[in-house]
Amino acid sequence: MVHSKRLEIGVGLFVAAGLAALFMLAMKVSNLSTVMEGDGYTIKARFDNVGALKVRSPVTMAGVRVGRVADISFDNQTYEAVATLNIGKQYDRLPKDTSASIFTTGLLGEQYIGLEPGGESGYLADGDEIRLTQSAIVLEQVIGQFLYSKAGEGFGER
Amino acid sequence: MTAVLQQLGRRGLRFFQRLGRAHLFLWHLILALSPLTSRFHLVVVQMASVGVRSVLIIVVSGVFVGMVLGLQGYNTLGDFGAEQSLGVVVALSLVRELGPVVTALLFAGRAGSALTAEIGLMKATEQLDGMEMMAVDPIERVVAPRFVAGVISLPLLAAVFSAVGVLGAYFVGVGLLGVDAGAFWSQMQSKVDVLEDLGNGVIKSLVFGLVVSWIAVFEGYDCVPTSAGVSDATTRTVVHSALAILGLDFVLTALMFN
Repeated sequence: MVHSKRLEIGVGLFVAAGLAALFMLAMKVSNLSTVMEGDGYTIKARFDNVGALKVRSPVTMAGVRVGRVADISFDNQTYEAVATLNIGKQYDRLPKDTSASIFTTGLLGEQYIGLEPGGESGYLADGDEIRLTQSAIVLEQVIGQFLYSKAGEGFGER
Repeated sequence: MTAVLQQLGRRGLRFFQRLGRAHLFLWHLILALSPLTSRFHLVVVQMASVGVRSVLIIVVSGVFVGMVLGLQGYNTLGDFGAEQSLGVVVALSLVRELGPVVTALLFAGRAGSALTAEIGLMKATEQLDGMEMMAVDPIERVVAPRFVAGVISLPLLAAVFSAVGVLGAYFVGVGLLGVDAGAFWSQMQSKVDVLEDLGNGVIKSLVFGLVVSWIAVFEGYDCVPTSAGVSDATTRTVVHSALAILGLDFVLTALMFN
């Protein structure tokens, strides 16, 4: 097999290039690198309405991503949505009275949870629950209220 | 009237006969895979002609498809002030759809037709019969290595296509049109899922690889052993592969991303 050396090198390069492309897609294009940062601690937050929040939505503090939404479930007793947040283990100094709100990036962007630090001296630990929460703003409700108040003004002028 | 019905019946019967033959052939092919493991160099030789020599057309098409996606996406997303999402749009459309599908179509034209013509000519010049005379199973020796090489090559080519396409879109979007590079990559990374998008894309291209290689080697092996027969078989390979790819793509997409 004298002729086959160059051929084998060619095939080897081809397979290597294909695998490298897959690797690049996995690491650079997809979320593999962010999935793997799994270890951290989880805290829960209850919301009246989570809007379009999804599992794996970002959790930010001061605009910096500190974790991700690990799970969203519905509490049958209180009729609230329970979001489980996975916070990176280096961010272990969140005060106990930290509040969580659901915001939207831009007008049409995705929803995320913003954390606002409180002033208490104790820190949130694994399994704790955030008590102060603010639900997602549902655009239809806001527009409805706006129209309602406009209609009210209109009557006032007459 | 009866002649028309007769014709229709004959065509129908011939179609099902062919379909049955194709599946028996596939079964024979699968049985021929285990002896192939001890002669893997046959596959390597075929991968050189099927895979390596398709790289150039895949890379060039990938770059241009990515660049066009970047340009079109930029214009459309710009209307909503969402140019930052360009990376997501390009990466998702490439990884989920265009990568597997366009690669498979190009592969059918570039490598599938060559496989059919090669095997068909071997049949027309009675090389396959000669092998059988020497107690060499032509499916084991000639067809199976080509089939396996196609199945292995297509997912690799599709990955190259998608990766190069993303780079092409990066060049146009970030380099020429001024989208923020950080937003381009970070939004892409947060929206493209490894298993959901990338994994399903690889599964798709694997299925396409199986189907295209199967059609190509079957058409070659089953062709009428004349020069007109070989040319017919080559045409059929490209047409049937394209139809199978597009039809299967819909089915797979409906199963995967509903």
